[in-house]
Amino acid sequence: MLPLFVAIPLGTAFVISLVGKFYKRLSDLLANFGCFLLLILSFFTLSTLNHKPSTILVYKIGGWIPPFGICMVLDGLTSFMLITVNLVTFLVAIYSISYMEKYTDKWKFWTLFMLMLAGMNGVIITGDMFNLFVFLEISAISSYALVAFGTEAEELEASFKYAIMGSVASSFILLGVAILYSHTSTLNMADMANVLSEKSSDLLKFVSVLFLMGFGLKAALVPFHAWLPDAHPSAPASISAMLSGIFIKVLGIYALSRIVFNVFGLTPLISSIFITLGILSMILGGFLAFGQIDIKRLYAYSSISQIGYITLSLGLGTPQGVMAGLFHLFNHSLFKSLLFLNSGAIESVTQTRDLRRMGGLMQKAPLISYTNIIGAMSISGIPPLNGFFSKLLIVLACIQAKRLDLATAAILVSILTLIYYLKATGMAFFGTAKTQNSAKKISFSMNFSLVILSILCLIGGLILIPNVSDIFLKKAVNALLNGKNYANLVFEALK
Amino acid sequence: MIYFLCLILFSIGLYCVLRKRNLIKIIIGLGIMEYAVNLFFILVGYRLEGRSPIFAKEKIILSMVDPIPQALVLTAIVIGLAVTALIVAIAIRIYERYGTFDITQIRKLKG
Repeated sequence: MLPLFVAIPLGTAFVISLVGKFYKRLSDLLANFGCFLLLILSFFTLSTLNHKPSTILVYKIGGWIPPFGICMVLDGLTSFMLITVNLVTFLVAIYSISYMEKYTDKWKFWTLFMLMLAGMNGVIITGDMFNLFVFLEISAISSYALVAFGTEAEELEASFKYAIMGSVASSFILLGVAILYSHTSTLNMADMANVLSEKSSDLLKFVSVLFLMGFGLKAALVPFHAWLPDAHPSAPASISAMLSGIFIKVLGIYALSRIVFNVFGLTPLISSIFITLGILSMILGGFLAFGQIDIKRLYAYSSISQIGYITLSLGLGTPQGVMAGLFHLFNHSLFKSLLFLNSGAIESVTQTRDLRRMGGLMQKAPLISYTNIIGAMSISGIPPLNGFFSKLLIVLACIQAKRLDLATAAILVSILTLIYYLKATGMAFFGTAKTQNSAKKISFSMNFSLVILSILCLIGGLILIPNVSDIFLKKAVNALLNGKNYANLVFEALK
Repeated sequence: MIYFLCLILFSIGLYCVLRKRNLIKIIIGLGIMEYAVNLFFILVGYRLEGRSPIFAKEKIILSMVDPIPQALVLTAIVIGLAVTALIVAIAIRIYERYGTFDITQIRKLKG
């Protein structure tokens, strides 16, 4: 079952690139069907994990036994990430059916979209270091192309910047992999963890720095964030939602935490680096978002700030911290993709992204106003919505880890988030309309995914109910907290 | 020693990416960085006086070159080619829009 997560999107991309030019409707249908299939499969992984006695499932590609062959690993964290990615992707795919109509060559969009999805799923399920690099590059390259999809001046500029920085990051990651290979003479993550625990050296610190630079750039943590506020707003809205919602988390946070927690083992030094980077991203992202007047740019900066929250609480390393971090990751992927999809809808109603030229959208387009308000309330942590619960958990985790300074910072940044979202919402939706243009109808497919995402935001807090969180969240937390025990689990599953 | 030379090559590439103002020169710098990493990866698997790891009768292999880095570098080169092709295509489109390759004049995005 595991290889299907890569095979389905790759196959769909291939078929669409062949026939998409001649049958326009078919490419929409194929891509959405593929995404739907993946969504069902990813929910299916949960039950597979539940019914098996061991907590891990390993697939050997081509029948070669790891550490010689490449393997794919399914554990709690993998299945958690797969559900997050495929849920958001499915809704974005539905949205894109009508949103992408305004661009030419929609089938090229679908091809790149499915390639990006294949890369992300591959990064999540792989258990091999070099394979991780290859999948990372697949999704990164298709995302460079997708950012430039409109081929306007701004988009090309943003894409060039993003491509250069992303390639430099990839070089750093490849250098890290090369040094690790020379040190351990294996590429399998589980085997590598075993070898590394036998011989420890200072080389590991150098490799950690390389990986922090590489994956940190993909995750847009603060010293490496410069590409994000350009690339995310320039892309088409559905791609911004994919990039901000899941891309930076899979390629940055997931890959980094998988390597740091399960292969290297979390040391106090790395933990403090995580916390420092997280705090920096939180505060700087928040303040930079404050002065923005472009609605998508504001959302992009707020992504940096929220990524800071996730990194901070993962860096705490305590069970509560990791759980809060993963929960916030899930929530953020929901409400940030909702907000970015919404900004696309707003753009198609008002023909502008400038907050100063909006206003009075509440009368013009009530539905997208309500969904946007739900997203904004959720991200700034208003009680009944999911963002509140994860932020509360992060603050509690900080307090439990006896880091009151971090807890204070988290609360203050949360207030800052509330302020700039209030400002954006007030400028866009209330007051009087500044531009006189006919209110364009938002099509059904766009409305559908907006409404579904906002409903998910409303009920997202229910994941914390013990029965649900036991199968969904706890297993992911355990997978990370197992640390280097991951290697033993993988080799046991192979027998 | 030879690893050190690799590091120097890598630094030259990084310097080129960071300091040059011409888009094409930045792309060349990126290429230099990629080659430095690939060279390093190949050198990791190289043994002095080693021969190719092919099994053959009547030949005793005393020291052989590690084949895995070569396979990996082949993949990395293909990836590098794809990235370079994409970035060059973007650079050409940028030239069509802005009429220049100078990055100090390509700055519509700010904030």
